[in-house]
Amino acid sequence: MLNWLRRPKYSSLQRRDMPAGLWAKCPRCSNLIYRKELERNLKVCPKCGFHHRLTATERLEITLDQDSFEEADAELTSADPLKFEGYPQKLQEAKEKTGGAEAVITGEGTIDGHRTVVGVLDFHFMGGSMGSAVGEKVARAAEQARDRQLPLVMFSASGGARMQEGALSLMQLAKTSAAVGRLHDAGLPYISIMCDPTTGGVTASFAFLGDVILAEPGALIGFAGRRVIEQTIRRKLPDDFQTAEFCLNKGLIDLVVTRSDMRSTVARLLSFFGAPRVEPVAVAVEPATLEPADARAGGGSSAAEQ
Amino acid sequence: MAATSPGPSTDLDRQLQDLEGEIERLRRLSRDQAIDLGGEIATIEARAEDVRKKIYTNPTPWHIVQLARHPQRPRLVDFVASLFTDVVELHGDRLFRDDPAMLTALARFEGRPVVVVGHNKGKDTKENIARNFGMPYPEGYRKALRVMRLAEKFHYPVIAFVDTPGAFPGDEAEERGQAEAIARNIEEMSRLRTPVMVVITGEGGSGGALAIAVGDLTLMLQYAIYTVISPEGCAAILWRDATKAAEAAAALRLTAKDLQALEIVDEILPEPFGGAHRDPEAAITAVRSALQRHLPGMGQMPVEALLEQRYAKYRHIGRIVA
Repeated sequence: MLNWLRRPKYSSLQRRDMPAGLWAKCPRCSNLIYRKELERNLKVCPKCGFHHRLTATERLEITLDQDSFEEADAELTSADPLKFEGYPQKLQEAKEKTGGAEAVITGEGTIDGHRTVVGVLDFHFMGGSMGSAVGEKVARAAEQARDRQLPLVMFSASGGARMQEGALSLMQLAKTSAAVGRLHDAGLPYISIMCDPTTGGVTASFAFLGDVILAEPGALIGFAGRRVIEQTIRRKLPDDFQTAEFCLNKGLIDLVVTRSDMRSTVARLLSFFGAPRVEPVAVAVEPATLEPADARAGGGSSAAEQ
Repeated sequence: MAATSPGPSTDLDRQLQDLEGEIERLRRLSRDQAIDLGGEIATIEARAEDVRKKIYTNPTPWHIVQLARHPQRPRLVDFVASLFTDVVELHGDRLFRDDPAMLTALARFEGRPVVVVGHNKGKDTKENIARNFGMPYPEGYRKALRVMRLAEKFHYPVIAFVDTPGAFPGDEAEERGQAEAIARNIEEMSRLRTPVMVVITGEGGSGGALAIAVGDLTLMLQYAIYTVISPEGCAAILWRDATKAAEAAAALRLTAKDLQALEIVDEILPEPFGGAHRDPEAAITAVRSALQRHLPGMGQMPVEALLEQRYAKYRHIGRIVA
């Protein structure tokens, strides 16, 4: 009965044997889905409603008005201050895999005409982990919003702090939270959206500091990992533990919003908080669909590794 | 790095372990058989002490982890009893319950009113069970925030003592918003309108430590640690092998010296040879002298300037390539 609640196992998500061609297999309901249909449906399984993970680029595509995005600090990346074994190689692999320089894309754009600063973490880049560069970019985004009197919209998807940068990563919790604090002091709206998964240091900093906190259905949201908790309490956790719906029920987030409603929900919130609407937009409120995966290099259907 | 290779220090550890085992064996023998082995025990004890000296002259990061976690290391209650007078412990977050893993108190330091918050590790198993080994629930962090707000209201300095393996990873802690509680504290401390001094005395375990450790000045005892993840956790994730914790301890750069070089820690407070547990009063004196040096100046700074300086401090931590 609870089958629809059961979270997919990481192992099944990490499998690389998704048919590379026309069909994709849903990791939850195991149905084969025509890939174009999946893309058209914003990568939400048409059979069971499972929200497949998106790359940062895909997220921007379905959220912002067409051609409105101006990226900031596209080249900014982490150094290897600890000379941590294997870190430069991991960074390099992530860059090649995603085509980006870091685990977050930030910039400015419009959502249904509302000008806003926006940041999107990419779980496909080293598990969306936050090191010096991610912290720097998120802090800069908050500062940019403050300087330009704009709202901040952050989409999170992250395993937490990047351990290859040691305590420097931990300090990014302080850096980003302090920058968000200044945004709050300035009376500007900050909408935080948690996508699958948002855990560890990112939840313990800017992701949980939104004026309004939204989450995608089924997203894993929590501070500690399930395995660590089960070892600590010596008990098995319920299947729905740390899902977006669980967090909603516990009073930790404001709303669970399906992907197809996300853009319009964020737009309504921005409007409510008095975000300036720059121009009347001709673009329909309906979110854009994703282009077919074969039109892009890389694509985002294979799951993250870390 | 030399620190990552087990090499001679591991040999010393093994020697020490063997000698301590032998001492234990002779003690038991002497007790069970009622024979006096005092002379033999003293000889071996002296040899063990020599080995300890060799280890502590140049401790590896993994040795420092052991020192930071030492069961006899001075605890928050030792620091509070020795450093402050007129101590009034405050309880509860006013929302859910009182979390004994977090201690909050009004106190005086040499006559000056201050507010103390800190992780409250126990001295023995019984105390540790009662205080959850110094691992707070969300209500612990919320209690700390409530009391820090009180400090802000009266413009008394906050002195935060950090010594925790981390925030408690339990189901109820998650349900009550562990992440939110930590995030909230970090944000609020970054703009708390009163001076905040942080003293890392033992284990600085990740977000659970940082949740009371955002301040104007970060002091750290010589053999304390401060880290984004435990060495065991790091080794398990990275190499799928928790026994490689010694290597991970070196790789994570979690010692006071490393953290000062990374500009995360402002000042290192010296410990007695072999660690604070060998002479707790000496370690406490080091903290006292730091409070004497820094507290008066911090109180005089205008709040706006203080907050600017605090923001800039954290804003600049990190290494990036643009």
